This record gives sequence, structure tokens and C-alpha cells, in this order.
Amino acid sequence: MKHSERRPFPWHILFFLLPGLAIYLVFSVYPLLDTLRMSFYGDAADGGHAFVGLRNFVTLLTDSTWSDAFWNALKNNFEFFFIHMLLQNPIGLLLAVLLSLPKLRLRNTYRTLIFMPTMLSVVIIGFIWQLILSPIWGIAENFMYGIGLGNHFDSWLGKEGTALITLGLISVWQFVGIPMMLIYASLLNIPDEIVDASVVDGANPLQTFFYVKLPLILPTIAMVSILTFVANFNAFELIYAVKGALAGPNFSTDIMGTLFYRTFFGFQLQQGSPTMGAAVATLMFLIILAGVMVFLLVVQRRINRFQL
Amino acid sequence: MSDLTKHPFTRSLLALALGAALSGPVLAKDKLAIESWRSDDANIWNDVIIPAFEKSHPDIEVVFTPTPPTDYNSALQARLQAGTAGDLIACRPFDASLELYKSGFLTNLNDLQGMAAFPDVAKTAWQTDDGKDQFCLPMASVIHGFIYNKAIFKELNLSVPKTESEFFSVLDKIKEDGQYTPLVMGTADQWEAATMGFQNIGPNYWKGEEGRKALIDGSAKFTDEPYVKTFDELAKWKPYLRRGFESLKYADAQNLFSLGRGAIYPAGSWDIQTFNTQADFEFGAFMPPVPDGQGTCYISDHTDIGMGINSKSAHPEAAKAFLNWMASEEFATLFANAVPGFFPLSNYQVSIKDPVAQEFVSWRKQCKTTIRNSYQILSRGTPNLENELWNVSAQVINGTLTPEQAGAQLETGLSKWYAPHQK
Repeated sequence: MKHSERRPFPWHILFFLLPGLAIYLVFSVYPLLDTLRMSFYGDAADGGHAFVGLRNFVTLLTDSTWSDAFWNALKNNFEFFFIHMLLQNPIGLLLAVLLSLPKLRLRNTYRTLIFMPTMLSVVIIGFIWQLILSPIWGIAENFMYGIGLGNHFDSWLGKEGTALITLGLISVWQFVGIPMMLIYASLLNIPDEIVDASVVDGANPLQTFFYVKLPLILPTIAMVSILTFVANFNAFELIYAVKGALAGPNFSTDIMGTLFYRTFFGFQLQQGSPTMGAAVATLMFLIILAGVMVFLLVVQRRINRFQL
Repeated sequence: MSDLTKHPFTRSLLALALGAALSGPVLAKDKLAIESWRSDDANIWNDVIIPAFEKSHPDIEVVFTPTPPTDYNSALQARLQAGTAGDLIACRPFDASLELYKSGFLTNLNDLQGMAAFPDVAKTAWQTDDGKDQFCLPMASVIHGFIYNKAIFKELNLSVPKTESEFFSVLDKIKEDGQYTPLVMGTADQWEAATMGFQNIGPNYWKGEEGRKALIDGSAKFTDEPYVKTFDELAKWKPYLRRGFESLKYADAQNLFSLGRGAIYPAGSWDIQTFNTQADFEFGAFMPPVPDGQGTCYISDHTDIGMGINSKSAHPEAAKAFLNWMASEEFATLFANAVPGFFPLSNYQVSIKDPVAQEFVSWRKQCKTTIRNSYQILSRGTPNLENELWNVSAQVINGTLTPEQAGAQLETGLSKWYAPHQK
């Protein structure tokens, strides 16, 4: 009798999980694992691949032919990331707060306009900004003269010192809509009673924001930061669209994505190397993994969550 | 009877009979398929070149089956391995085709009669490293030089410069006048600096083939005088470029010149087609000016495309007949006029109708020719010499690297993997 009381195995759950799981395994898990495997192989004399252990990684990190390019790309990538952390997310937060002001008119129009670039293709964004900033056809120079800063105009995308920062700012402009939307949504979730209570308690708007609203949206900001980190270390398209795979001038805009592309697929007369490319991809994966782990262990745990 | 022929069944029977009668001789024809990445030229092949060949070779039928350039190498490889590739194979220069030959996909063409119509330089792009085996027939090359706006030269009363100092005095005069950009080029894409800069003016300094071969056997280094001097001249271009040239792209430069806003454009001969359709003024071309006092001139006449035979072809004799025809004067004339800016590589005096293309090709008689020095053997290792050249050439023009540093960086890179430069 006892036996019949046991619930049958929930086959239907497995059935519904299966399609998604299969797609995830085939198109995400398998390529990832195979990339990790391939990074331990090298070109063999007979034209095939042979197991070489950690040799690819040793070359990549110690042989100056590769390591100079690698460290340069990593440094640039961190710069690219910090530009986003310092500008994109604070600006996104500010825009979200402005959007949630109760007296704001044309709210939906602003929201749509600010979010619009995010939906455009990176190739179009790259093309538009190259035109705007072009010293020949662009409107940036005249605009700068119009506000009295004409002498400060330069071909920012072409100079070693400014190219990466300019590309970073373009990317910030494009993607600022994402933190804005996410934070805006969580601001809307804050019940009016809590805000009303703080007003009754005599808090001014700034105090209401810093002591009531900000702690409530911190988990969202933390999530936005993780998304920014992962997206920036996987970035590739904008640099490739604007500067090409050689990420000039003098590799000043080379990030992990473009380094991987050149290594794996080759470029012009350079032959691609799938195994070395896999090693670069593996390092990218490890960097992102480490970043996310540090974040989850150190930051995420200390954030208080409030049941609303 | 008339009723009978209207009956659908009878009609199809008749059609079948007629088809069989017609296809008899067609089946007897050798049918050749051409693999190529020049999908842009498909109509030229179908309308001009193939009909001309079939006229003189009625027993052979040819079809042109191109693949887009970016897919060509991998698609061709796959088809060759599967045994479904065409009979004639358009060959990329140097390593890509060499690999195909080493894998046994291309026929050895040492005994091909038509090969005699080509100079040695033209053949090097499709030979084994020791020069013993030839596996593709040279087809076309591109030549470097400078294209200039004739209207501006007339307005400012300038004449075409022949020497380096004349070149810079012309540039000075255009700059003084102030209406036009003297030299139209950008460094944003980097390759123009290397291809239209370094490889354009350089052969005059390193004495063409002599210098190119010396680099390969290790007796010359990038730190030597000819290379530093080439970079020296490149560095001198900077004041004559438009402000903001660092973010100017290839298409921007083409547009600036075709809008008549610049006087001189460092060019590859393939630009002729662009300017023919876009520029509404007359333009001409001059060869890279020689260093003062140098008698012989050297130009880059870079081998870009060849044609080989699939070793598994069912019609090797017909394929050879086609290649021999490609080595003829008839083909050279047809091709050169259909695609101005791509020049046949054979020894014939071809009459080219396009005046600018004519100017470019006339330099072959006056000067010694060579190919880009980074293409043969030297770009096999890491760091890749061609990529390095793009980077340092752009930096030299930008002014962020001195000519000496540029030479030193190339030499350091090459000595990391290439034995003849490790001594």
C-alpha cells in the first residue's frame, strides 16, 4: 500500500525541459567544452592537431610575440570596461531617476528615443559615428566651433591616445538604454507607500533617493554591473566595424574579441590558427568567469535584499 | 498532321527527338567549369571572354562558376576534397595556391606551352619555393603609381613630377595655393599606408626584385638604408595630407579625390574603374618618382590572379587548350580592355583603350618590375610581416614612429621566426 502512495516520476517535467536543454547543450555547452579541449592542441607535422598540454597558454602569456598583444588587448579591454562602468551605468541610473519623476511629460517619448540606439545594429552605429566625427564630412567640427571649442576638435578615432576612449563613448551612447530600462523598471516596483512614508517622516527628495530608493534598487545595479562586465569582455563588433580586425592605430583599440578574431580566423596573409584561437577564447572565458565569481562572492553577498 | 503536332504528347515527343538530335554534338564537346572568386566579372567572362574562346575552339564548352571572394578559399578546398570542383581553378598568389599544389589538387604546368609567354617575375607567385614547379598560369596583375587631377595641375600650372624632389616641389606648390589637398590618403584603414605608400614608392629604393630576393635570402634587412629611406619619404608625406587624415578611410580618400578636392592620389591601378565612373574631370597617372639622380625606375606590378588545372579534371587536354589560349595575345587584349586596371601578365604589346590604364601599363617598358615584398614566404610566421607593415607604415605617416624604429620593428618581428634573418 505504501508503495502506491509514492508519486510517479514527473516525466512531464523532463519532457518540457528537453527541447531547451538539447538546444543549450548542442549550441552552448558542447562548443564551450570543445573550445576548452582544442586549446590543449597544436599543429602537428602531418597537418592535423596533436595534444600539446599547456603549451599554447605558455606561449600566449610568456612569448613576447604573443604576450605583448595579449596584455595590450587585456589592458585595453579593462579600459573599455571602466569607461562603461563609470559612465554608462551612472548615466543610466540618472536617466532612470529622471524618467520616474512623477511630473515628467512625454515620458514614453524620451524612453523610446534613448532606448532606440540599443536596438540598432552595431555596424550602423559605427558608421553613423564615423560620419559624425569625420574631419571631412562630419558635423562634429562645426558643432564644436559653434560652442566655441573648435580648436579642440581632432580626428579622435584616428589617434592612438583617443581612439579607444572615443569608441568606448560611442558604445556607452548606444547601450545606455539597457541600464536605464532595468533600473527604471525596478524604480517603478517601489511601492508608493514607502516613498510617501519617507516624505511624511520629513525626508527631502535627495534623502528619499539615497536612503529609501537606492538601497531598494541596489540588486538591480549589481546585476547591471555583471552584465556590463560580461558584455564588455565579449565585445568585438563595434571595434571591428570601425577599426577593422587590425584594431589600429598601433593596436590601441585591440580588445580580447579582436585579438581572438585575428588569431582564430587569420587576417590577410596571416593564416588562422584554430588551436591558438581556442586558447585565447579559453582565457577570455576564464577572465569572465573569475570576474563573475569575485562579484558573486564579494559584492552580491553583501547586498541586502528587501521584501517589498 | 497539323492537328497531331498540336497534341501535347506528340509535341513533347518531337521536342525530345529534336533535343536528342541537337544534344548529340553537345555531348561530344568537352565541358570545362571555371572556379573563381571574381564574381564581379561574371558578365565579362560570360559575354566577352568565353564566347571568344568558344569561337576558336568549337569543340570545347566553358562555364564560369564564381564563388564570392570571402568564401572562395574554403569553398574551393571543400569542393576539391569532395572531387566536385571545376576543371579550371583561379589561383590566389603564393601560399594559398601553394598549399593546394602540395596537397595534389593542382596539375603541374611545367610543360605547358603557353607558359613561355610570361616573364619570370610573373611566374613566381605560382611556383614552389625552389622555383622548380609551376602550378598556375599568371593571369593579371595590378600596378601602383599616383593618379592626379589634370584640371588642378593645369590650373596651378604644374607638370608631372619625375624625381623625388620634383614630386615634393609640386606638393609644395599645391599646398601654397591652398585650395586643394595636395596628397589624398588616410591612415585609418592602415593598408593604404602599406600598399599605396610603402609598396608603391619602395621598389625604387630597394631596387625591385634584387631587394625583394635579398630580403628572402637574408642578405638584406629591414634596418638597411633602402627601407629606412622608403619610410623617410613616407614620413615626409604627412604635411601634405588633409587635416584629420588619421581617421580618413579608403572610401573617404576615393570620394575626396573624385569630388575634385585633392590633387594627387597614391593609387593602385584598380582605382581606375572607380574614378572612371565617379570623377567628372580628366585624370592621369604618373609612376612613383625616382630618387634624385637614379636612372632606373622600379614599379610594383603585383601578381594578383592566376589560373590552374584541377588535377582530377576529366578533360585535362581541353583545360590545357584553354590555358594556352589564356596565354595568347587575343585573351590579353580582351581581358585588359574589359577590366581596366587589371593587366595581363604576358609579354605581348597589348593595346589598351583606357588612357589611364594605358599609362600604367606603359611603365612596364620603361621600368623594372617587382611584386610586393611581403607576399612570398615572408608572411608565413608570427608576427605576420604583412600585418606589421600595415601597422608601422601607418604609424610612420602618423608620425608616431620614426623611420629607423619602423625598420627595427619589422626586422625584430621577422628575426623571431625566419631563420635567414636570425644570423
